[in-house]
Amino acid sequence: MTKIYIPLDMAAVAMGADRLAAAVAKEAAARGQQVEIVRNGSRGMLWLEPLIEVETPAGRVGYGPAKVKDVASLFDAGFLTGGAHALSIGVVEEHPWMKRQNRVTFVRCGVIDPLSVADYEAHDGFKGLKRAFEIGSAAIIEEVAKSGLRGRGGAGFPTGIKWKTVADCAPGQKYVVVNADEGDSGTFADRMIMEGDPLSLIEGMAICGYAIGASKGYVYLRSEYPVVAKVFQAAIEKARDAGWLGQNIKGSGFDFDVELRIGAGAYVCGEETSLLESLEGKRGIVRAKPPLPAHVGLFGKPTVVNNVLSMATVPMILEKGAKHYADLGVGRSRGTMPLQIAGNVKFGGLFETDFGIPLGTIVNDIAGGTRTGRPVKAVQVGGPLGAYVPVSLFDLPFDYEAFAAKDSLIGHGGLVVFDDTIDMLWMARFGMEFCSIESCGKCTPCRIGSTRGVETIDKIRNGQDVEKNIELLKDLCHTMKFGSLCALGGFAPYPVESALRHFPEDFRKSALEAAE
Amino acid sequence: MAGAAQYSDERAREIIAAHMGLEGPALPILHALQAEFGYVPDSAVKEMATALNISRAEMHGVVTFYHDFHSAPHGRHTLKICRAESCQSMGAEKQANDFLARQKLEWHQTTPDGSLTVEPVYCLGLCAHSPAALYDGEPIGQVDAATLDEIVAEAKGE
Repeated sequence: MTKIYIPLDMAAVAMGADRLAAAVAKEAAARGQQVEIVRNGSRGMLWLEPLIEVETPAGRVGYGPAKVKDVASLFDAGFLTGGAHALSIGVVEEHPWMKRQNRVTFVRCGVIDPLSVADYEAHDGFKGLKRAFEIGSAAIIEEVAKSGLRGRGGAGFPTGIKWKTVADCAPGQKYVVVNADEGDSGTFADRMIMEGDPLSLIEGMAICGYAIGASKGYVYLRSEYPVVAKVFQAAIEKARDAGWLGQNIKGSGFDFDVELRIGAGAYVCGEETSLLESLEGKRGIVRAKPPLPAHVGLFGKPTVVNNVLSMATVPMILEKGAKHYADLGVGRSRGTMPLQIAGNVKFGGLFETDFGIPLGTIVNDIAGGTRTGRPVKAVQVGGPLGAYVPVSLFDLPFDYEAFAAKDSLIGHGGLVVFDDTIDMLWMARFGMEFCSIESCGKCTPCRIGSTRGVETIDKIRNGQDVEKNIELLKDLCHTMKFGSLCALGGFAPYPVESALRHFPEDFRKSALEAAE
Repeated sequence: MAGAAQYSDERAREIIAAHMGLEGPALPILHALQAEFGYVPDSAVKEMATALNISRAEMHGVVTFYHDFHSAPHGRHTLKICRAESCQSMGAEKQANDFLARQKLEWHQTTPDGSLTVEPVYCLGLCAHSPAALYDGEPIGQVDAATLDEIVAEAKGE
């Protein structure tokens, strides 16, 4: 029996993985070959998806990107024993893109069968939770705090402090909420973990629940990820069947369960307080803080709201200890950052590395430059509310503080690369338009500011009082930045201001054209 | 959606009742109603308000806040085309506009024969395979004009 891995990851499915798996099964049956097809997560080398891996004595040999039409020739080439084929990339672990990484959060992603509890346990799964049961609440929180783990949603708030705040609240109903509303363009790390290693998220939630005294956890997942919903729901059931969720988990006396909830296409629900409103069944309108969700959260109860990646990293921290994690990274950016390389790139995918790698190395070296072969013009880092960074800043090291010093943010670690055909005035307009479509409407700077922003940019596009309107636009951005209730209105100026600052010529094209 | 059931208040009440044990059941109910009927009829909103003991205005406010819920039936199939930054970096904006022009449609509109509704979507998490789309829940990476036209033909053929 030969083991074959074909990802169930949404990106692999989008490139034909489901059809490929069916074709491989059919071809194997026709040839009388005994194969077991495991639907794994993605290794993150997304330009190779769908990537077939075959288990051989030498290791797992990869073939990709494989299409249905390649199946017969793969069998002819003896791929079941690692035979040579034009699509072969050799042993996957030895691939240069793979070898350069430091996989911590994603160590199991693409390796294991995401829906096998036994496979998860064979790869150190649930060791963190077992240790958590041994050391107790205070020691767990200390471990998380010492590791230096920070939120991965953009703000980078220390996870340990959040947990301690909730743990210190009076006993009673508390909640663990995972923000899986990964709405930013160019980000897909949450999606990949939830498809490729969902049990790590479930384990992290159970550890958190045990530490803070909560018996219930919710995962709020965006509706744009239908494949994730299926996989993650199945993972919850597997964990429950194996006794890792439910009553008296593994005889610890601790009860904990996880429920998956699906959002309904509102970007602002990625903001933690609107997410809580939405979970409660209301309009996803931002709450003013304070009170913090840690004190008054879901249904008015103390609540930890964590990003998927922070939560999925917790089991490893408990298993290996805080120091192991804290030793990775630079400055106050501890640990690793799963970079999501996207847009106009040759080698798009997920690349997990220690903080501190220069931006230019990521774009030109790891991502291989643009897919169109044209020169890079800008990289938007940290999602639709992130700044556009020009090539002149490519020596910027990838860490929270270095980016902040340049009025940029690394946010979720997503990078979208643009070639020189992009019009930055248009992208600035799009940023404002996106904010106006997605604004929850509660605060005026965001609701009105974004609409006025689109109008003002349109005037600039039409060559109308260009300099005056650029000043007005800057003023609007300032108001939105400092007057908005949440990050949607508060960060929407980042793409606009960065476009203005680094690509001023794109804002004056109409004036130049008029002058000619 | 294909094969949506005919609306009845009785069936809506059954669906609502099945979710009342949940904490904060509104979104799960709305998803279930839309899965059953293909849309969320005003009568169902009224039933929800009664069951959840909130005003109809408040319930209406919830339904209309979310892009996913719609108050009138959509086409039998739905095509969501991504317009977020990553897809734009690979020319998605022009491709989508050309496609809409070919089909004589605008965003959120349904083909005259009721076969296909076209919606914008802001990121499907397929950003390494931009431009991307979602057809009846099936993800499609590196979409080109030919693929979009095939989807229309397939939707019309069913």
